[in-house]
Amino acid sequence: MKLELRHITKKFGDFVANDNIDLVVEPGQIHALLGENGAGKSTLMNVLYGLYEADGGQILLDDQPMQFAGPGDAMAAGIGMVHQHFMLVPVFTVAENVVLGHEPVKGPDLIDVSKARDIVKQISDRFGFEVDPNALVEDLPVGIQQRVEIIKALSRQAKILILDEPTAVLTPQETDELMSIMRQLKAAGTSIVFITHKLREVQDVADVITVIRHGRVVGQAAPTASQSELARLMVGRAVDLSVDKTLHQGGPVALSVKDLSLVEPTGRALLEDITFDVHKSEILTIAGVQGNGQTELTEVLIGLRKSTAGSVTLVTQDAAGRAVTTDLTNQSVRTILDSGVGYVPENRSKDGMIAGFSVAENLVIDQITHPPFSRHGSLDTRAISANGARQVEQFDIRTDTAQAGMGTLSGGNQQKVVLARELSRDLTVFIASQPTRGVDVGSIEFIHGQIIAERDAGAAVLIVSTELNEVTALADRIAVMYRGRFVGIVPPDTDRNVLGLMMAGIAADEALDLTRQESYTDQVQSEGVDHD
Amino acid sequence: MTTINESVSNAEAARRAKPDQGSPQIDHEFAGLAPRSWKAPIIFTVLTLAGAVVFCLTVDPGSISKVSVRTGTPGIGDVLWSLPSLITLTVMTVIMVAMTAWAWRQAIVRHHITTWYGVGFGLIFVAAFLVWAVSGEDSALQVTALLSGALFLSVPLIFGAMAGAVCEHVGVINVSIEGQLLGGAFLGAVVGSLTQNAWIGLLAAPVAGALVGCLLALFAVRYWVDHIIVGVVLNVLVTGLTNYLFSTVLTANSDVFSIPFALPVVRIPLLADIPVIGTVLFNQSCLVYIMYAVVILLQIMMFHSRWGLRMRACGEHPRAADTVGIKVNRTRVLNTILGGAIAGLGGAFFTLATGLAFGKEMSAGRGYIALAAMILGGWKPKGALLAALLFGFADNLQNALGVVGIGVPSQFMLMAPYLVTILAVAGIVGTVRAPAQEGTAYKG
Repeated sequence: MKLELRHITKKFGDFVANDNIDLVVEPGQIHALLGENGAGKSTLMNVLYGLYEADGGQILLDDQPMQFAGPGDAMAAGIGMVHQHFMLVPVFTVAENVVLGHEPVKGPDLIDVSKARDIVKQISDRFGFEVDPNALVEDLPVGIQQRVEIIKALSRQAKILILDEPTAVLTPQETDELMSIMRQLKAAGTSIVFITHKLREVQDVADVITVIRHGRVVGQAAPTASQSELARLMVGRAVDLSVDKTLHQGGPVALSVKDLSLVEPTGRALLEDITFDVHKSEILTIAGVQGNGQTELTEVLIGLRKSTAGSVTLVTQDAAGRAVTTDLTNQSVRTILDSGVGYVPENRSKDGMIAGFSVAENLVIDQITHPPFSRHGSLDTRAISANGARQVEQFDIRTDTAQAGMGTLSGGNQQKVVLARELSRDLTVFIASQPTRGVDVGSIEFIHGQIIAERDAGAAVLIVSTELNEVTALADRIAVMYRGRFVGIVPPDTDRNVLGLMMAGIAADEALDLTRQESYTDQVQSEGVDHD
Repeated sequence: MTTINESVSNAEAARRAKPDQGSPQIDHEFAGLAPRSWKAPIIFTVLTLAGAVVFCLTVDPGSISKVSVRTGTPGIGDVLWSLPSLITLTVMTVIMVAMTAWAWRQAIVRHHITTWYGVGFGLIFVAAFLVWAVSGEDSALQVTALLSGALFLSVPLIFGAMAGAVCEHVGVINVSIEGQLLGGAFLGAVVGSLTQNAWIGLLAAPVAGALVGCLLALFAVRYWVDHIIVGVVLNVLVTGLTNYLFSTVLTANSDVFSIPFALPVVRIPLLADIPVIGTVLFNQSCLVYIMYAVVILLQIMMFHSRWGLRMRACGEHPRAADTVGIKVNRTRVLNTILGGAIAGLGGAFFTLATGLAFGKEMSAGRGYIALAAMILGGWKPKGALLAALLFGFADNLQNALGVVGIGVPSQFMLMAPYLVTILAVAGIVGTVRAPAQEGTAYKG
């Protein structure tokens, strides 16, 4: 089926999310929609899927103009969508999720369970998905949940499949599998709109690339285009994709974590025997697929959750150079912050800031109990404003004034405020979780620079990230987490595939062996071809 | 004992067969390190000690506890047991001690005891309490009457709990069950009186509940008002409205509006002949039979029908429902009204099933107890039914013991079963999950 979008415009108040967008997706084509977070890709697809109503423009399927009042209409017309945040009911089975909304029934409105299972099995078998129709969705890993979403779309005879940032939650291996599924679907005649901001994936699988910036189509490219070319189109200026830094061996140990465990009352282990050290002037990054205990680990380290076993120790040097240890195990957040730990939470807007407060207030919110920002129990607004103006300048926070509401800033600038607040204190240990999630490319460069500067100033830095690029770019050492455990700690030049296998729980040396074998067989095969 | 042990070992076998149930991410060898839960064994110990001290030590050693069971079956006579109080209580205490010891063992090896184990323990405790309460009295404890009365009194609770379950599964918290019951009682009685026909009154009762449900849906779904606040306000509204109409219209024209009509009590042939159970279950008001049908229907339809799947999707993940073309807010409104109608039907209990005229605030807080029963029952019709029966039993205990005429003040008598209930909730019910998006507005 051929899809055509003509002059689509969508406004939210004064903000133009989509400005006169044209897009043509030919039948059986993988069309990549490339753009930064907030460029308007998802808005466009939500318009196409009938979730938003466009303020202007036309949707044509096989040259027939369509009107979608809701997702039901879009689905009936043959459009399926796999949302970034899965639209699956966790307590339902796979089969129930797949048939929801178009249930096969028998008798008085009862669901025909065996027919529902058959629908799942049939599609699952055709594409080799290996999905159990009877499994509860909440019990499945995200990679499989995504396949359930694809089955859901295909079971409705989707001819056009929209994949919204499908690789954000996947390991590199799962990503590869998804790519091959996309190729299979394409071979079966399905058109795919692939929304992403990851250049590598686009080059890997797309037939045509459309780049969107600030709600406008800024260009089309062939998959043969170079990464820097695509990045330039996406950001609007030349971007240096590499992080400039020298590797550090690090100094003495600054943060020592031993046998840390967190077990829920139900017996479920969220963290299990985690042991590692972070040295002074060193960045340790923690890689892993979302939901493998990274959040819990940072929250235990900062005192938001109490561990059930193990210890966290801070090591500093006194004037004479002797090591002074402070036990931070299950201390209050206040104590931990005061002993020289900085923390950038994963969910910035929920845990890192107060949207209704001004930028200046957000910049001092952890320091208002004592001078210079408060005296005799009342705030010193002049000192707070002055500090705000200085930090806005220093951290290149794009706002007219430090008195502006925090909520009015873009994601990248909000993150800079959080970062400025944490880094303005004298830190021994700096912990940042997903420091560049939802942040524009320009701010990413800046934030990475600040993190490295903090390391160079002597802090021990712990970064949690699910973006493999970020992990390898920043790390002096990389730890990989899987199901609440450390799979291993490896050097930053470790092969992506090895990291990918480790993210799936395979130990470092084993992962290394596996990738060696693979490349060896690849080599043998290609040599064989050569000889022919 | 054997059945309890069997059920425990069955549950264990089931757990072994499916080790990952509920928490698939645990490695099984690590699951043993779950923090020990001492709640159940401590509660058991307290109750057992109470049983041993209060029951065994205060009972007159020579006294007799008389228990009468009416079989209700033609050809089989009624049974009257005269149990030696002290020996019976001692045996029961020994059983409780054994069960407590087992609970401690389970806690030490980090296993959870099953709900049924707790229920079994609770039953033995209640039985011991009854034996103790009637010891030395002349009249016998009428077990059959106790049970059938308990079932009858739990009818409004069950209807209310069903209403709560329907509403919460679709994502709306229904605190206005109380008002819906009261509205149903009022309209059922008035229409029954006007038409001189209890059946027509029974048709009117759900209409009143549905109207309250309409208001709840209007404010909670359409205008995003906090569900609990709307619910409480609606309760006050219905109470005020019915009080006003009662004082002005009903009392002034009681020969028109307040003639009591009752639904017939029907003895179902054959089924009612089953000893004891038949009398308890199948010799009841018609409303009780309607209640059976509603519970069975809801239990099946909520979890196996298209209606149930779509409705629960709206309560669990409304956006997912929306993206497959289900109209979330329409589904919520309709099912909230349906829930209201079910509660309204239950309200008919107070007037049409008991054969009384409408009286001020005659639902007396049972809507809130229904809500508690629904939560205790894990948001499922089946569980809510059992929980409501427990509350109904507590309600009726005072009546049954009042007939026997025991020395303990009836207020204290009433407390004991509630105490057991609270302990049961705290100790036995684990983490039951509510529908994920209940009480939230879906703004599309």
